[in-house]
Amino acid sequence: MANAFWCIVEDDRQGAPKKVMAEVLGAASRLGGGPVEAVWLTDKASDAGLKQLGEWGAGKVWLLENAGLAPYRSEVWAGALADLAAQQSPRAIFGAVTSRQRELVARLAARLGVGLAADCVALAMNGDTLVATRPVYAGKLLARVTWARGPWVATLRPNVFRPAEAQPGKTAVVERPAVSLPPAVMKFVERREEVSTGLPELTEAEIVISGGRGMKGPENYVILEDMGRVIGAAVGASRAAVDAGWRPHRFQIGQTGRTISPKLYLGFGVSGAIQHLAGMRTSKIIVAVNKDAEAPIFKIADYGIVADLFEVVPELTKEFKKLLEK
Amino acid sequence: MKILVAIKQVPDTATQVKVGADPRLIDTAGITWIVSPYDEFAVEEALRIKEKRGQGEVVAVSLGPERVKEALRSCLAMGCDRALHLNDAAWNGADTLATARALAAVIKQEQPQLVLCGRQAIDDDMGAVTAQLAELLGWPCASWIMEEAVDAEGKTVRAARQVEGGLEVFDLPLPAVLAAQKGLNEPRYPTLKGIMGAKKKEIRDVKAADLGLGAEPAQLSVVGLEALPPRPPGRVIQGDVPTAVKELVRALREDAKAI
Repeated sequence: MANAFWCIVEDDRQGAPKKVMAEVLGAASRLGGGPVEAVWLTDKASDAGLKQLGEWGAGKVWLLENAGLAPYRSEVWAGALADLAAQQSPRAIFGAVTSRQRELVARLAARLGVGLAADCVALAMNGDTLVATRPVYAGKLLARVTWARGPWVATLRPNVFRPAEAQPGKTAVVERPAVSLPPAVMKFVERREEVSTGLPELTEAEIVISGGRGMKGPENYVILEDMGRVIGAAVGASRAAVDAGWRPHRFQIGQTGRTISPKLYLGFGVSGAIQHLAGMRTSKIIVAVNKDAEAPIFKIADYGIVADLFEVVPELTKEFKKLLEK
Repeated sequence: MKILVAIKQVPDTATQVKVGADPRLIDTAGITWIVSPYDEFAVEEALRIKEKRGQGEVVAVSLGPERVKEALRSCLAMGCDRALHLNDAAWNGADTLATARALAAVIKQEQPQLVLCGRQAIDDDMGAVTAQLAELLGWPCASWIMEEAVDAEGKTVRAARQVEGGLEVFDLPLPAVLAAQKGLNEPRYPTLKGIMGAKKKEIRDVKAADLGLGAEPAQLSVVGLEALPPRPPGRVIQGDVPTAVKELVRALREDAKAI
């Protein structure tokens, strides 16, 4: 039997795989290079979660369920995964770009002594090898990369790969392999939750609203958040706005912030500095509103309005509300 | 306490990067090179730890060609005590793993209690070296840290790493590797005195043979670089604000099917 393509499960820490797993499993299935299997490291799996992975196309789920796997610590997870990989010799190991997997997968690749392609936006088989496409220089260029040998280790950028369509009734074989966990070295102290804005997370959101220097001050972001609540969008900011102290760093979009690929990006008072464009130019549809008709963001925008954002935003929120109430 | 900071020299963020004559490489003509911004947070944090403890040494390390000395000189001007330049043709085309192996070898020689890196270098954006170093050294690591505090005895570091929806705080026994996220601190500008003083500080060349390493084939290699496909031409919607907004919403709904 051909060696498997593994997809490391990202879950919500409550026993449910995140929707990005439909994308990772979908991408692995479409390659057609071997059976697609999920590997789930968790302290608490759920039957619904296992069913979901099967419906998204995992033929098998390797379930490593152990209290010692929570909270995530790279030294424990990488050791357990490397052990299982040594037993099963997968052909490829794919993860999603999330806070824990980007670290885990790098550590795992070093343990296995193989190459890592992080943050891929396309994958293709070229005969017997895998070729990945990944943005470099924050998306100013694309690099096609390949591995000297397997397993091919890669992380996939969320919101880019077409998700697998759930096939109701398709189930995965669940295997609970005997894997010993390395001792945890890091000691968990606490988790501090962010004050929730009630809006989606920037890198996961399908719609992102961004405010730049044209917002004039931190107090004005409330109008963007109002729009965000109407259309279910995350609200981000440009580096100029973050450096001015108007928004926390975690909301920054661009080369020294988050790289995003939403279905819809709406920029208000964002001029479009190269380093900002690098972080959002793979968005599917780009809308720009700026008073300055010469702002560089208009060069990449699908739709532009040259006007004062403080006139446009309330009007647009009102129109969105009308549309979505229909 | 001895702290080692691994930095990378990268093109300035305002650079319009272009594919070079060899399509696997960028055209370096006219590029302004800088210390990768996340690495500056790492340097700043290392200096703050040393200043707070009132003693110690901060060593900057970088792998790359001769021009990398400029970046190391900037770190010395910020206040690092000395620098190591992994400067050998054996490392041409080094991928993250080869880089991590070289850095791990130099760390084994230097034996720092703490290693700091930036969250990722803003050229290849791989963000892998921190975790790979930790694995090769058998140390714990925390990525994307927003806060850290080394205890008085220099035995553990408490680090808060940014995760989806919040921060996770861990105690890591030293030695350990940390990767700095933006927001950890505000890097200082070198003072004139710092810049003058940096000229007298040591930047030592380190060859692969000094670390007992030879040339190794890259595990991941670039087949080719390409410019992003151009975006289709856009459209500026005319008219007064209420009219333009109505047309925008219609276009997003009916033409783009984006909402």
